[in-house]
Amino acid sequence: MNKPAKIALLLAVVSATVACSKEAPQELPPEPVNTSRPAAAPTPPPPPRPTGPMPGTQAHFAGAVGNSTTVYFDTDRFNIDSADAASLQAQAQYFAQYPAVTFTIEGHCDERGTREYNLALGERRANAAKNYLVSLGIAASRITTVSFGKERPVALASSQSAWAQNRRAASVVIN
Amino acid sequence: MKHTARTLCAFAFAIALAAPAWAQNQDVGEPLAEGGEVEALTIAGEELEDEGPLRGTVTATSDWQDLGIAIPSFATDRDQPTPANADGTAALGREIARVITGNLRNNGLFKPSGPDRLPKPSFAQITDPSWSSWSGRGAEMLVHGYVRARSDNRIVVGCYLYDVALQDELIREGYVVRPADWRRAAHKCSDLIYARLTGEDPFFDSRIAYIAETGPKDRRVKRLAVMDSDGANHRFITLGSATALTPRYSPDYSKILYLSYVDGNPRIYVYDIGSGEQTLVTENRNPTLAPRWSPDGKTILYSMAVAGNTDIYRVSVKGGRSARLTSTPGIDIGGSYSPDGSKIVFESDRSGTQQCYVMDADGDNQRRITFFGGRCATPEWSPRGDQIAFTRIAGDFNVAVMTPSGRGLKVLTSGWQDEAPTWAPNGRIIQFFRTTRNSGRSSLWQVDLTGRNERRLPTPVDASDPAWGPIRP
Repeated sequence: MNKPAKIALLLAVVSATVACSKEAPQELPPEPVNTSRPAAAPTPPPPPRPTGPMPGTQAHFAGAVGNSTTVYFDTDRFNIDSADAASLQAQAQYFAQYPAVTFTIEGHCDERGTREYNLALGERRANAAKNYLVSLGIAASRITTVSFGKERPVALASSQSAWAQNRRAASVVIN
Repeated sequence: MKHTARTLCAFAFAIALAAPAWAQNQDVGEPLAEGGEVEALTIAGEELEDEGPLRGTVTATSDWQDLGIAIPSFATDRDQPTPANADGTAALGREIARVITGNLRNNGLFKPSGPDRLPKPSFAQITDPSWSSWSGRGAEMLVHGYVRARSDNRIVVGCYLYDVALQDELIREGYVVRPADWRRAAHKCSDLIYARLTGEDPFFDSRIAYIAETGPKDRRVKRLAVMDSDGANHRFITLGSATALTPRYSPDYSKILYLSYVDGNPRIYVYDIGSGEQTLVTENRNPTLAPRWSPDGKTILYSMAVAGNTDIYRVSVKGGRSARLTSTPGIDIGGSYSPDGSKIVFESDRSGTQQCYVMDADGDNQRRITFFGGRCATPEWSPRGDQIAFTRIAGDFNVAVMTPSGRGLKVLTSGWQDEAPTWAPNGRIIQFFRTTRNSGRSSLWQVDLTGRNERRLPTPVDASDPAWGPIRP
């Protein structure tokens, strides 16, 4: 995996953490400032300007749209249902507000498909999300897609709920 | 002079490739030192009557299993140092007998007894067995052989198969190999024994490309690796910085097609084993998946997703324009040629679920062949042409076979996820990978067509996507 992709993946993991722990106590002491990664801290960065992550970062995107960075699919499906549409509308609002931001949509599958088919299915899912965003007015030139098939699950069990979390298209801001 | 011109030409070619090769090759290791050949040697002796294999009397796999075979140490004319074994040619002779015994035992073939439990024949006895010492051991067959270190630093291995009851020689063969290739002589001898006793084509002297897996389930490191059919001579080809998937050996073992994320996107590369360089199968911004060779090695099948829709394409191994073979809105992917190259079996979800289809090699006459409930994925045409192996998805994944017309379904395995069958060169054994529920750990397995003889293949780390190459020349 190349470096941008690796960073993107890291950011995706961080953003997922943010999304899952948005009730985290705000009164925790700020992280030490020795990290150079702007998106690494789930809590707001230290003063002087405690305004949150910079626009154009995954953390900023996730802060703005919450759980809507990712849309989920039924088994073997790639259609955009109403929940997906709501998420993608939130994404479209964000990307319309920040027209300089480019991003990648990563298509993923659960482990209940064969490896090669899942690579193709992940590609379909990423493109379904992309097409929906384009239909909402986001320029196609700002969106790249990549499929990871079943190679990069976020939920590690072999269960219905884990599989549901893994059938996804995740939008990841390119820094 | 001619040699110089060729060197210059190769040099110019290398320069021309240098720029793209640098980025593409950043995940591949040093090239493998391979290319040794096995030279067949005619062994002098009495003329053998060719009575053909024992097919008439040994018809079913279960009968083979009862055939006792004694495989004592191979003798040497003079115990000499050899690069193939630190203890000399006599020790090498014992190792060769062990490899042959392991080959037969691990594949559930016959009842072999190896050199560690048998008397050691002398060099003279190799062509003149001491029948009295073998007849009381419950072995119907006797393997003898010798090892000789030749003055040109090569090794000569002789291989003889005797029928103990008849006190008669059934077949013999000799091989001249580099010391580094001594195991190949043992595999060739195993193949000789197997083919003579069963009437089947050989398969031991072959290699397997696969994906070596390490690390946690959400950050698996997947490296391209190769090994002999018995797991020996294992080598990693890629370094693991980029995910590698779905390798396929070229029919002549000079190249490997595989998918790599080395530029961040899934794309198929042609890895050249001799040079260690790799090139994209097609210059294109679209993801390319599921690479396959034609049986003659001249054509590459690949699948490409364009705006989310995956179809199957064909391109000459020399490059040039690709021909699109499928054009449905569904996912059409994979593909495996019939041995004569005239047809392709592939996977498509155009009907709503993954099913297997057959088409002519030019894409004409596409028709569905699987109608038995469940799904059909990763079809692979047997090298014999009579069967198609595939991943049957019916809740669990299992390896199954059917005829090319889609009849005679036979499910061979019963794991939770048994995926991606690949055929032995003789079409009698299938390897696949098995994934464990929850942990996601994977391992290579093989099963014969009866479904009874199933075993796990030893690999240094977890493993998936096996691709069995043809018999080596």
